[in-house]
This record gives sequence, C-alpha cells and structure tokens, in this order.
Amino acid sequence: MTLALSGEDLAPILSGRFPGSIIKATKDSLLVKSEGLLNLAAFLQTEAGLEFDYLSNMTGVDYREYFEVVYQLTSLKHNHSLIVKVQNHDRSNPVLPSLVCLWCGANFQEREIYDLLGIKFEGHADLKRIFLWEGFQGHPLRKDFTDGA
Amino acid sequence: MEVVPNSRYIYPDTDIDRQEGTVIEDLRGSSQQTMADPDGWLEEAPREGFMLTTVEAALNWARRSALWPVVCFPACCAFEFIAGAASRWDISRFGMEIIRASPRQADLMITAGTLTWKMAPAVRRIYDQMPGPKWVIAMGACAISGGLFVPHGKSYSVVPGYNRIIPVDVYVPGCPPRPEALLYGIKMLQDKISKEKIFKT
Repeated sequence: MTLALSGEDLAPILSGRFPGSIIKATKDSLLVKSEGLLNLAAFLQTEAGLEFDYLSNMTGVDYREYFEVVYQLTSLKHNHSLIVKVQNHDRSNPVLPSLVCLWCGANFQEREIYDLLGIKFEGHADLKRIFLWEGFQGHPLRKDFTDGA
Repeated sequence: MEVVPNSRYIYPDTDIDRQEGTVIEDLRGSSQQTMADPDGWLEEAPREGFMLTTVEAALNWARRSALWPVVCFPACCAFEFIAGAASRWDISRFGMEIIRASPRQADLMITAGTLTWKMAPAVRRIYDQMPGPKWVIAMGACAISGGLFVPHGKSYSVVPGYNRIIPVDVYVPGCPPRPEALLYGIKMLQDKISKEKIFKT
C-alpha cells in the first residue's frame, strides 16, 4: 500500500526551502502558491527522500469563487504519495504554470482542464482542446456555463 | 529376449502396402467406364414444383433475409448487441451474423451507443459510405434521444438522437435494451422491409 504523506509533515521542509510558498497544510494535502509552483514541484520531484517521479492524477475544480487544480503525486521509488493543490481567483483569465516539463503525463490532463474549465497553463507547448472541438464556445464544466443547445 | 528393430514400428508393414495396392487395383479395374451425369430429372423439373410470386416479394425476401450490419458501437449498448450476436441469442438465425468492419459491405447500421457531436461526422460518413438500400436501427435511449446524457433536452456534447444526422427506421428503447428487444426490433425491421415498394408508381 502506498503511504500517503501528510501535508503537515512536509510543510516545514518546504517552508524552509521556499519561504511563504505554503498557504495551508493539512493532514491530507498541501495548498501552495501558484507563483512558485514550478520550483516547488521540481524540488518535490528531485529531492532525495521525496522523489515524486510520477504524476498519477491531475484535475481541476470550480468552487465558484475560485478554481483549484489538484495534483496527485506518487513516488514509485519510495512508494509514497502526496496531494498538492493550487488556487486561482481570476475567473476571467485564470493562468497557472504548466508542469509538462516535469511530468509528461501532465500534457493531456492540462489540456483536459483547459478544455473543460478554461484554465490556461503557461509553458504548455500544445494547449488546445482535447475532448471538444475547435470553435466550441465556453468551458462546460464551469459552474456558470450556459449552453443554448 | 528378442530385440525387435525400431523400424518395424516406424514404417508400415509391407502387408499393409500390399493390401492398399489391392484396393487401388480393384477400384481402378471397376472404374474403366465414365458414369452418367445425374441430370435426368432436369427434363421433368419444369413440369412440377414451382411457385408464383411477385418480383417485389422475392426481392424484399432476399433483402430482409440477409442483412449485413456495419460496426457502429460508440458506447455500452454494443455489449448487448454483441451478446445478441453471440451464440445465446444468435442474430444469425435471422441471416445477419456477419458484422462488417467496412461500411461498403453493409446495409444495416445498428447504432449501439451514445453519440457525441465530435463523433457525429464519423458516423455520418460511415452511413454515407454504405451502399443502398440501407437501413438504420436506433438501439437504446441514447440513440433515440440522447438518453440520460441529454437532461431536459440540453447537452453541450451529446447528439440528442441519431435522427438528427441519419434517417432511422426502427427505434429500440431501453438502457440498454436486452438482446431480446434488439431481436424484436430486427424482426420489426424485416417486416418493414417486406412491405417496401420497389417499383414506385
């Protein structure tokens, strides 16, 4: 069984390395700032003892007031996992850093989140719709999405 | 103890060869003349055992008795169709066990599954590639109206019924329909085909 690491345990390590990057640490997850996400993720991927070499899942959530993107990281080497979240409060033009350069598996997942929630991932080489077609208006998993059809 | 050479068991005994030769010589000896071709009954055939029908009835019988379905399985209804095609329910009893991967070799489309707008052009193209006369059975709630994916008639991605893009002959309701229901739909289609007018007045 994969050991789910506690955000509370990891927060001191990450805060020491990236001061101010952790917004909230709970037993289940870490809520981090989107500005330093790329560096923090690279640290999680390479740091000895952590080495999250596998992005097992990535998804987006619309909480009406803000968007949240959830990363489920796994280390196949150490057989442990961690959940990292970032939030974006800009509904009109939500932008988050892309993590494709770290985990290739993020490629299609970021395209899906872009397609259905309209979150743009900066640094993604081929950010286009994946389920819906070019020319589709809007992003249907947004809570305020309305469709004339 | 006497040692028996292995070759005795590997190769046939010469007695067997001799028997075989006798059989061949017998057949050859009794087969020096050609037999008469079995065509004596041809003289009598026109005088007995024929029946009258219309060209329409004969053509419609041929068409409905050999339907060739094309593969159009976008979603889960396909499994009921596959069960219907397999030995237990066995659509081959109605002359349609060959499910073609090429639409050019098929004349029946059983639309077994949810259709999204992104997939719709592909299904339309498959239908267009089928040679006529051709028929469509809309199988399941999704094929009829979009089913549970189109609540209150609204969906951003799912086609609310195949009859938006292709003409449908028979609707088989269910989510999914049982193979019996599909068989009933096929029988209804066959009834429909048998009433078809070929010669338009």
